[in-house]
Amino acid sequence: MAARKPAAKAKKPNVSAEELLDHYRQMLLIRRFEEKAGQLYGMGLIGGFCHLYIGQEAVVVGLEAAAEEGDKRVTSYRDHGHMLACGMDPKGIMAELTGREGGFSKGKGGSMHMFSKEKHFYGGHGIVAAQVPIGAGLAFADKYQGNDRVTFTYFGDGAANQGQVYEAYNMAELWDLPVIFVIENNQYAMGTSTKRSTKSPSYWERGAAYGIPGEEVDGMDVLAVKEAGEKAVAHCRAGKGPYILEIKTYRYRGHSMSDPAKYRTREEVQKMREERDAIEGVRSLLLTGKHATEDDLKAIDKEIKAIVNEAAEFSKESPEPALEELWTDIYAPLEA
Amino acid sequence: MTKPNERKLTIARAMAEATAQEMRIDPSVFVMGEDIGPLGGVYGNTRGLIEEFGAERIRDTPISETAFIGAAVGAAQDGMRPVVELMFVDFFGVCFDAIYNLMAKNIYFSGGNVKVPMVLMTSTGGGYSDGGQHSQCLYGTFAHLPGMKVVAPSNAYDAKGLMTAAMRDDSPVVYMYHKGLQGMGWLGTEAGATVHVPEEPYTLEIGKAKVVREGKDVSIVSCGMGVHNALKAAKKLEAQGVSAEVVDLVSLVPLDRETIRASVAKTGRLIVVDEDYMSYGLSGEIIASVTEHDISALKAAPKRVAFPDVPIPFARVMEQFCLPNPDKIVAAWDQMQAA
Repeated sequence: MAARKPAAKAKKPNVSAEELLDHYRQMLLIRRFEEKAGQLYGMGLIGGFCHLYIGQEAVVVGLEAAAEEGDKRVTSYRDHGHMLACGMDPKGIMAELTGREGGFSKGKGGSMHMFSKEKHFYGGHGIVAAQVPIGAGLAFADKYQGNDRVTFTYFGDGAANQGQVYEAYNMAELWDLPVIFVIENNQYAMGTSTKRSTKSPSYWERGAAYGIPGEEVDGMDVLAVKEAGEKAVAHCRAGKGPYILEIKTYRYRGHSMSDPAKYRTREEVQKMREERDAIEGVRSLLLTGKHATEDDLKAIDKEIKAIVNEAAEFSKESPEPALEELWTDIYAPLEA
Repeated sequence: MTKPNERKLTIARAMAEATAQEMRIDPSVFVMGEDIGPLGGVYGNTRGLIEEFGAERIRDTPISETAFIGAAVGAAQDGMRPVVELMFVDFFGVCFDAIYNLMAKNIYFSGGNVKVPMVLMTSTGGGYSDGGQHSQCLYGTFAHLPGMKVVAPSNAYDAKGLMTAAMRDDSPVVYMYHKGLQGMGWLGTEAGATVHVPEEPYTLEIGKAKVVREGKDVSIVSCGMGVHNALKAAKKLEAQGVSAEVVDLVSLVPLDRETIRASVAKTGRLIVVDEDYMSYGLSGEIIASVTEHDISALKAAPKRVAFPDVPIPFARVMEQFCLPNPDKIVAAWDQMQAA
């Protein structure tokens, strides 16, 4: 799909200016946040691995636009974008990255492990594909409790070759669980391209073996993602069981900050950024549709920059966790 | 013999009764696992539940341990109280990620934002020639990893109280029941495990050991099946004029070190009986708990009677040679005296 022009530019979108601006704002927040996280990592303020979402913003922003209050989400370790898109406070996320008391997990989880029951975000998981059965379980809880909530279960093309994904597919279809399996196919499992890891050309088609419908989606087009997301959500909410979305996307940065990026060419990345960038796509729609002026967008840029800077400042100023905290939360507190 | 007003139950029935009673009062409790429905659990601990609660709450699963244990973690984080069964503890190899990386860690990783109230029931132990992938205990493997509580009842009274406590706990509890204590006729069973069980629900505190026999010369510490071996050894020792105290750990995590230390402070001698492998396990942990606390409490070097560090063999003669038994415990006492 490398050489195509953004679909968003080509078609006349049936979308309000307000929605487009919101997508723009959300995607930009993720990108700027991640750029800042990369900087803080470079400064030594963030340790470990740090998996940036830059390039994939349209996936989570498009799907969040299709979600309703109470819907759930669970994902892997490339999770900052998902948390921002579901409304978790950027300050708490950044402070978790720096391992501070003010982080979502009080510094005990780090980049890969954050949760927010309030925003229905169930992690942040470090083991490839381990979150997929969890997603099925969240959906099971909703079905059992008799509500019509839907769970977005995100995983990558690498995880799609893990056996537990197919255990979960079978169980989800067997029990008609309201779960959307979202394969974020960014084409590389760390440094291994899908061409070198996977014989079958598509991942979503594997659902057919379990009776699960699905489709491929252009993940560089936020409106296409939203549209597919709405279809999947309607399927799940109607009690028809799971749905698979294979969203073709691309990460611009390395697998993690320590990635030497020797497995693809600079030109490949550059081409993607120039021709398919999701944020540029929406920006162009906003300008050509006269929904916004350059000045309006500059004002949004400024606003986002302020949010991200505030998060970065907070993540530096929040104190290191007290060592007494080591011994808390090993178990949930016993209720009195 | 059953006395009047006595209600003797097997561990299997005690577990099923506790589960049924909790399910009646708490709709968020459900049971999930392989053949826990119409079959009633290979070891009987879910028998009768599907008749009362139906297939929605007593849920047979595909043979997909990773998926259903992982799903239980998800459901537990979302207001449910799943009770899941790993049919044999030996099967942990295919699904341990869901257990020790998810179930055990998500409370901590979330800084307490989510709870993981779930029970993982699993059968342990051998002695019936089932080969080395269906006979292990693996107490040490589970107890080693922080974030999950681990219990191992030796009798039906404790089994019921622990089961209810585990279902009410907001943290994950691994419930390790010994096959030889379940009261399954085809397996052969330990009569001492079938005891009086009150009908009304009650809980046993997780993390509390019990002195099940008082003595003054030696403390024999064990759990599950080992407790019965220890009690039989104590009787044999009594005939030799030796007074043995038996400590039933009941819970492996949290480990009740206070009760162990108090017993050894009284007797001055320690024998640990463990059906799990000898090295890097429960027996070493118990001994360290005593010696690093106060080595002067010991009048003799401690002894352990544990499964040797070999894969569990099939041939009866070989397996029985390896398993702890009352004679080996008596022999450990004798060696202690000879030293």
